[in-house]
Amino acid sequence: MNIQLILFIVLASIAAVSSVVMITRKHAVISAVFLVLNFFALAGLYLLLNAQFIAVVQIIVYAGAIMVLFLFVLMLLNTETEHKLFIDKRAIKFFSILVSAFVFVQITYLIFWGHPSRSLTPDEAASVKAGTIQAIGQQLYTNYIIPFEVAGFLLLATTIGALVLAKKKFE
Amino acid sequence: MSSIPMEYYLILSAFMFSVGVAGVLIRRNAIVVFMCIELMLNSANLTLVTFSSYLGNSIGQVFVFFVMTVAAAEAAVGLAIIIAIFRNKKTVNIDEINIFKW
Repeated sequence: MNIQLILFIVLASIAAVSSVVMITRKHAVISAVFLVLNFFALAGLYLLLNAQFIAVVQIIVYAGAIMVLFLFVLMLLNTETEHKLFIDKRAIKFFSILVSAFVFVQITYLIFWGHPSRSLTPDEAASVKAGTIQAIGQQLYTNYIIPFEVAGFLLLATTIGALVLAKKKFE
Repeated sequence: MSSIPMEYYLILSAFMFSVGVAGVLIRRNAIVVFMCIELMLNSANLTLVTFSSYLGNSIGQVFVFFVMTVAAAEAAVGLAIIIAIFRNKKTVNIDEINIFKW
C-alpha cells in the first residue's frame, strides 16, 4: 500500500461522505459548507491525477466564487423554516433513492463491462505534461480559441442577464 | 497515479453523480437543488480529468475548463432567477413554485 493509494482513499472517502451528508442535512447552509468540503477533496484528487491547473481553478472558481455566491443568496433569502421544506413523504424518498441507485448501477455496468476503460496503460510523464498550465493554455489559444471567445461572451451575457433578473422592478 | 486503477476514480464519480441525482429528487429547496446540480457537474469533471490524465492528453482538461465556465454562468443566472421568484412568491420551495404547470 503506497502513499498515493492512501491519499486516494482518504480524499475519495471525504468526497463521498461529504456529498451524502450534503443531501441529507436539513439546513441549507450546512449543505453548502459540506459541498465546499467536497470541492476541496476533489481538488486534492485532481492533484493526485497530475492536473495542477484544474485543481487550482477548482478551488478558486468553485470553492471561491460559486459557493460564495450560493452562500450570499442563502443569507439574503433568509431561508425560512427548513423543516417544512425537507420532504416528509416516504414514497418519494424511496423512489428517488431507487432512481439514483439505478443510475449508479448503470454507470458501474458501463465502467466494468464496457470496453474502453480497460486497456489504458497510464504514462506518468505524459500525464504530468498534460496537466500543466502550459499544455492547457496552448490548446486553449490555438485549437480552442473560438470556444474560448464564446465562453467569454457567455460570461458577459450572464453578467447582464443576472443583473436584469435580480433588479428591483422586474416586469 | 499509475498505481491506482482508473476504475476507482470512475466509481467515485458515478457515486457522486448518483448522490446528486438523489439530491435533486429529494430536496425541496431550490438553492440546494442547484447545489446538487453543481455536484453532478463536478462528478462529470472528475471523469474528464481522469481520462485526460490516463491518456496523457490535455484536451479533456480544456473541456473541464469550459464546463466550469458554464457552471459559473448557470449558477449566476439560476440564483438571479431564484431571487426574482422569491421576491414574487416569498418561497424557494419547488413544490410551491408551480406556475408553469397547466
